[in-house]
Parts: sequence; C-alpha cells; structure tokens
Amino acid sequence: MPFIPHTEKDTREMLAAIGVDAIEDLFDEIPAELRIDHLHGVPEALNEMEVSRLMRERARRDGSPLCFIGAGAYEHHIPTAVWDLATRGEFYSAYTPYQAEASQGTLQTIYEYQTMITGLTGLDVSNASLYDGASGLAEAALMAVRANRRVKSGLVLLAPGVNPVYEHVAEAIAGSQGLTFEWLPMDAKSGNVAFEELPEGKEPVAVVMQQPTFPGTLEDVDRLTDWAHEQGAFAIGIANPMSLALLKAPGHWGEQGVDIACGEGQPLGVPLSSGGPYFGYMTCKQKHVRQMPGRIVGRTTDLDGNPGFALTLQAREQHIRRSKATSNICTNQGLMVTAATIYMSLLGFEGLASVARKSHANTTRLVDGLCTIDGIERLYDASYFHEVALKFDRPVAPVLAAIAEKNILGGFDLTGGAGTDALLVCATETKTDADIDACIAAFAEEMA
Amino acid sequence: MSELIFEKSRGGRRAFAQAPVDAGATSIPEQLLREDKPRLPEASELQTVRHFTRLSQKNFSIDTQFYPLGSCTMKYNPRACNALALLPEFAGRHPLAPVSHGQGFLSCMYELQEMLKHVTGMQGVSLTPMAGAQGELAGVAMIKAYHDARGHTERNEIIVPDAAHGTNPATATMCGCVVKEIPTGPDGDVDMAALEAVLGPNTAGIMLTNPSTLGVFERHIKDIADMVHDAGGLLYYDGANLNAILGKVRPGDMDFDVIHMNLHKTFSTPHGGGGPGSGAVGVNTRLLPYLPIPVVKKTEVDGAAVFDWAAEEDIPETIGRLSGFMGNAGVLLRAYVYMRMLGRDGMERVAEYATLNANYLMAKLRDAGFELAFPERRASHEFIVTLKHEAKEMHLTAMDVAKALLDRNFHAPTTYFPLLVPECLLIEPTETESKETLDNFVAAMIGIVKAAREDGVDYKEAPYKMPVRRLDDVKAARELDLRYDPE
Repeated sequence: MPFIPHTEKDTREMLAAIGVDAIEDLFDEIPAELRIDHLHGVPEALNEMEVSRLMRERARRDGSPLCFIGAGAYEHHIPTAVWDLATRGEFYSAYTPYQAEASQGTLQTIYEYQTMITGLTGLDVSNASLYDGASGLAEAALMAVRANRRVKSGLVLLAPGVNPVYEHVAEAIAGSQGLTFEWLPMDAKSGNVAFEELPEGKEPVAVVMQQPTFPGTLEDVDRLTDWAHEQGAFAIGIANPMSLALLKAPGHWGEQGVDIACGEGQPLGVPLSSGGPYFGYMTCKQKHVRQMPGRIVGRTTDLDGNPGFALTLQAREQHIRRSKATSNICTNQGLMVTAATIYMSLLGFEGLASVARKSHANTTRLVDGLCTIDGIERLYDASYFHEVALKFDRPVAPVLAAIAEKNILGGFDLTGGAGTDALLVCATETKTDADIDACIAAFAEEMA
Repeated sequence: MSELIFEKSRGGRRAFAQAPVDAGATSIPEQLLREDKPRLPEASELQTVRHFTRLSQKNFSIDTQFYPLGSCTMKYNPRACNALALLPEFAGRHPLAPVSHGQGFLSCMYELQEMLKHVTGMQGVSLTPMAGAQGELAGVAMIKAYHDARGHTERNEIIVPDAAHGTNPATATMCGCVVKEIPTGPDGDVDMAALEAVLGPNTAGIMLTNPSTLGVFERHIKDIADMVHDAGGLLYYDGANLNAILGKVRPGDMDFDVIHMNLHKTFSTPHGGGGPGSGAVGVNTRLLPYLPIPVVKKTEVDGAAVFDWAAEEDIPETIGRLSGFMGNAGVLLRAYVYMRMLGRDGMERVAEYATLNANYLMAKLRDAGFELAFPERRASHEFIVTLKHEAKEMHLTAMDVAKALLDRNFHAPTTYFPLLVPECLLIEPTETESKETLDNFVAAMIGIVKAAREDGVDYKEAPYKMPVRRLDDVKAARELDLRYDPE
C-alpha cells in the first residue's frame, strides 16, 4: 500500500483496540445511500519507476526551447544551492509557524526576507508574502481602501503600463467589495502615461503604477507618484524586484515615496514552472502596517531574555478576526519566500545588479539586431530595463509559430493589447550572444 | 536565535560563481536609477549554505517529527512528487509558452482535472486558485454570480457554522456578503432549528466542512442540502477534510454545488513552512458557466488528443482570473504524480487508514483518561480532546500540553480551534503514521499529565529543549521589530 505503513497485524490490533471488526465499520455514520463503492474513472496505481517514466516522457514533449518571453515571468539562473536548501525536508514539509518555538528556522528566514525586500523596495515593513503579483495588486487596492479612509470613492486609477492581467485579477478578487478600476490615458509615442491628459477631480482612493511597465518602458514614476498624492490618493507601485537592483526604489519615488509596493517575486530564484508557484511581495510605510494583509514575523524575546521570532499582529488575520479580518488569506508562499531569501543571500546586491545589467545588455543586443530587420521597429521610444515592445508590419502570430518550430519562443504577442501588430521581447542574463543571434537570424529568415 | 545572515556579512564578499560577468553601464537615464544600496547579505556560498542548513534544523517538520496538526493533514510528501515536478522541462517552462511546447504539462493538468472530478463527484474543475482560501473566494464568487445572473442580487447572506475555519467568514466578507453564524448541536452536528431560522429570501448559500472541524461526519447533510436548496440557496463544500472520505463518499453526491480541495492536504503537496497551497475548485452543472479561468480543455485533431486553454471565449460568464497565469502549476504537478502513484485503490486506502489511525488514537487516549469532546461519535480522520478538567483541577491548559509535547519531540496538535470546545486539542494523525508512532504519542500524553498530577510539574515555562523558550507575543506586537536595522 503506497505510503501506508500498516501491517496486517497492526491493523488487527488497532481494530481490536477500537472495538470494531473491520475498517469499514468506522464509516458507519455516513448515510448508506451516499456511499460509493469504488472510484471508477481514476486509473490504476503506478509505482515510482513507472510514474517517473511517464513524467519524463511528458517533459520531453514540452522540450527546452530557447525562450525570449517575459511578460511578467522571467527566466534567470537559479543557483543550485537555492532549491537544494529549500527542499530540505525541514523547510519543505513544515507547516505554518504557529508553534513558534518549533519553527524558528522558518520564522528567522521570513524575518531575513522581510529585511531584504523592504531594503530593495525602500519601504518600512513587509509581510511574509502573498500568492503572486497579480493577486497582490488586489490585496494592495483593498488595503488602500482601508488605510486611506478619507476617500470614499472606491475608485482605483491604473497607469496604462500596469499588466492588464493584474487588472483582471484585481477586478475578480476586489470588484465585489465596491472597488472600481479605471485606466489612465497613454501617450502613444512613449508608451507611458499621458501627463497632459490626466483627469482632475476624480478623487481616486489609489493610483497604481508599474515600473518597468508591462510593455517594458520606464515611466516617470516620480511625477506620477506626486500626482497621485496631489489627488489625495495612495500611490501603489508595482515593481519587478530584479529591476530594483538598478532602478529607484518605490519608497523613494516622488516627494514622499509610494504608500504600498507590491509585485511578482518570481525573478528572485523561483522557477518559471508554467506560472507558479510564485510569490507576491508587499511592503508599505510603517504607519499602514495594521492594515496589511497576510502573515508578518517579528523579533521578540523568550523567557530567558534571548531573541527569537514569532508571528505577530495576528489580530488582523482571519483565524482571529474571522469576518472582520483584513483578508481571507491564510497561507503565504512560504517555500518560495525561503527560496528567494536564499537567492538574495547568494547574489547579494552586487550580484543582483550584475544580473540586472547583463539582462539589460542582452535585451539591447536582441532589440538592436531585430530592428535591423525590415518590418520591425520599436513601438515606443521610452527607455527600458530588460524588455521591449516591437512593432511589426505584419501579423505576429504566424511569425512566432514559424520560429517556434525551430525551437525558439520569440516573445509575447502584444497585438491584442497594443492595438497594432506588436511583440514583447526579453533576453535575460541566461542568454548567450549566440542564443540572441540565433533568435535574430530566425526572425530575419521568417520576415524575408 | 542564530546570528542573522546580515551579521555574518562582510563588505565585498559574495557567492561569485552565481553572478554573470558584469555588463557595465546601461542606457537607463540617471534620474531613474537608485542611489542607495539596500541591505542585502554579503556572504560566501558556503556561509549561505551553512546558515540556511542550520536554520532548517530549528524547524519541526513531517520529515523529522510526528506532526498531528488537526485540520492540516500533515501526511508524508513523497520525494518523487517533488523531483518529477522539478524536471528541467517542467521547471523551465514559461507560462506563456505556446501549447505546442506544453502538451506534456497540459495533458497532466487535464487528467488532474478529470481525476478530481471523479473523486469529488463534480462536473467541472478549475485548478487556478492558489490556496484553499482563494478556492473559497472563487466558490462564493460563483454563488454570487449565479444569483446575480438570475436577478437575485438581494441574496447576499452566507451561512457559516460556528465551528468553521476563519477563512469561511472572511471569504464571505471579501465577496461582499453578510455572514450568518449558526451554532452546533451537542452531538457535533449542525443545529437544524437554527439553520431553519436563518434561511430566507436573502440566503445566498451555506459553507460547510464535512467531516466538520469537530472531526465528525455531518449526518443530516442530505436534509441540510434539501433545506438550503428549497430556500433558493447553494451549498459550498470546504474541502479541508476531504482526506477522511476519499473514495467513500463524494461532495457531489451530498448535493454540494461547489467545493474547493486543499491539494496540499489531501493530495500531499508540500506545506512549505506555510505555503504554497493549492485550492482547486469543483462545481456541478449549476455553476459550470462561472468557473474561474483558465481551465485546460481537450480537443481532437486528426484523431490525436490536443490540449489547450479554455478562457473567456469558452466560459464567457466566468468570474475571471485569480492569478497572473494559471495558479500554482508546479504544485498541481506534484498532486498529479501523487494521485497517479496512489491510483484508485490507493486513494480509498487513504481514507481507510487515516480514519483507522484517528479512531485508534482516540480510543487509546480515551482509555488513558482523556476526555473526548464527542465521545459518542466516530472520529473521522481527526478528533478533539478537551482538557477542561485538567485546566480546572491543576491549571494544565491546552497550551501547556502543546509546549510539553514539543519537549518530547512531537509537534503539537492544533490548539484552541475549533473555538467552541474549551481547552481543545484537535488531533489528526494521517494515514502515513505507523502504530508505533501513535503509541509513543499516547505515552507522551500520559506522561505529561501524570507528571503534572503526581509530581506537580507545571509547564508554564515549557518548552525547555527547543532553540528558544516560550516567546513573548505581547512584546512582539507592542515593540514591532519587523526587519534588521542596527542603526
């Protein structure tokens, strides 16, 4: 019996101790008419050797194409030590640190994570993480409504560079609590917010901006943060944490910095893995900490006066506050945060900056090469970090499909969102010059 | 506490093998660049490995201790599930890669959806919710969408038993609903009169866990389903305790309209120190039009199966997207491998031996003099011991016993939940524990109480053998220290 240790003798003795004849008797409180006999439709068991063969075959079908897609999830080299350590049973198979004395490893790791991510984002406090970047925006918007109490509109304005999927998710999660989301106008030339056309007098509760933007441009976040505050709104900044090794931290945008920063933590040592599990980070100014959703770890002392760690401010959470909690969130993404903490420890700030600069340089090489091809040019003229939108003179999908047959994934088809034939490309530090040149050659051949 | 990684840092030290050759200056304008240097560690690879290895050793975990945490299903996480989900092609696959480069992954997801439909008796499954609480949110949002589509926007009351997980009422609030709490009867089943009294034209639905968090099967479930449906409401099944009934009885057959499954409980994906979870949802035909997207669909092209995403165009009334891509895909792969290794017979044995272990442990503790919260009832895969007499007679509380257990190398059961049983321990052994382990746990429990009764030992300052002693929670909340800041 897979994973069940009972011998026949064990089972007999246990049934005798309970005082029943058969295991079946233990289900006698379930109404008989509801019982099923068998799980038809579920296949027979495979042993480990058989399931390994099956999964390897399926993995081979997916292959390992050369991938230039970003669009919210980014391929970076992950040091072997990251997942070697994170999948140690003591991290992997522990649960939420409710028994703090028996969970100091997890708790100290989260405290160290909170220190690192507040440093990177330039803000005061962090939670222990949320599910992912997209759902993190929903939580940030709800938090802004709680903390920015003077504003009753429930209106959240989104800069045009915010990932459109994040808006869909925020709408699905927060829409039924009276929040509405509206887009700010875009300047077609730069791809960034059109400052001259910003609406006045809307009384938004929050203004959300993303740096780098979804189509890869760098926004004037200082000016936009100040504008948000002039409107009486909270500024919510979404940032790729890898970019923060180079770019100004959200806590320092504009005169006062953003009130809440959030985003996708995946670039920090988490594998792409078809979209998850990732983790969403969230940091904020000290004065808003009691409105923050999710778990938070604090350092305190034990009976001997020695330092130790515990979950804190739990009165915000669902297991205490029930229907009045700041969120229904229960788990964080503990294992992913453990991986990110180890990743940041190995890379350090200088290492992260090298990854960021190399990714920028590789993307520049890719974009410069692609723009030499007839029919491809930059869509926007703003500066960029490691992702760039390109305008095509023809439909993108057939071109992408053709080069996919050469095992190159040429980018993310932006056509639907951009309203023109366009492609979003990204080359991180994982690509060699030869990889990039192969990609350029594939496009050149297909566009000829 | 161990020295923080920041305290081990020395300026200029790094794991040099892990960073690319620096590419030098960028074309990014000066005013967008950061000037400050945040506090990240400066440590060698060996220092980092040693630091996190030592930290891990300060944790209790399934791999190192019996972890009978009620309602959490802390069963063994088979190694193969992790290794196969992290095969390079799966781990490296971009979420937006075309389906031409994802047939292997998508076929696993499709088959997982199908298997989950079979084991729960539901008609549709979406794998996208990233945790149980998000599955709950999806479920209640679908219930709301169902009523709204029929013009019944006034149906905004969600009924929740007092024994429910805190996520249930918190979820109802997040969906813009009003919570109506109902009491539990003395035998652990829902108080039917109280249910009757709250049902009405504003009822949106009821959220139930069955077996309940009291560790007993709700015997009136059919009557409850009929009453709620007759009142125009729908039934939500919280799948936290699905492990207890796998292959024995299905939520769909109990007439639930929507369910979530905690794959990190029943299907053994890692708890990871508090996540990632995975909270797939299942629905019957009533709620099929509202499933969260994406889901995986199967079509036939030239006689061969082709897997693809179903999104807005296939499910136009969907409640929408809940994650940036498709939820915790890597967790779903682990659950898929686990289910294939169990097969249909293995799944039935899960419920059988989880229930056997719980009833055995309950019988042994009862025989040793511990009071059960519901002595007349069968245990499901978990049960409750109440220490109200021990607390009264010798000031021995559930908290004390929990901490004393840690010193005896057992993780504590869930304490003080459900809220309606005083001084309670909610104990869930799971099917993967051996009889010897359960016997040792019983001996530890007996020893703890005996030492208190006969020798006057009090555990107010326990634990003694952990890396830290009992921590000052009040100080943690009053003097917030949430990051290392030596200045």
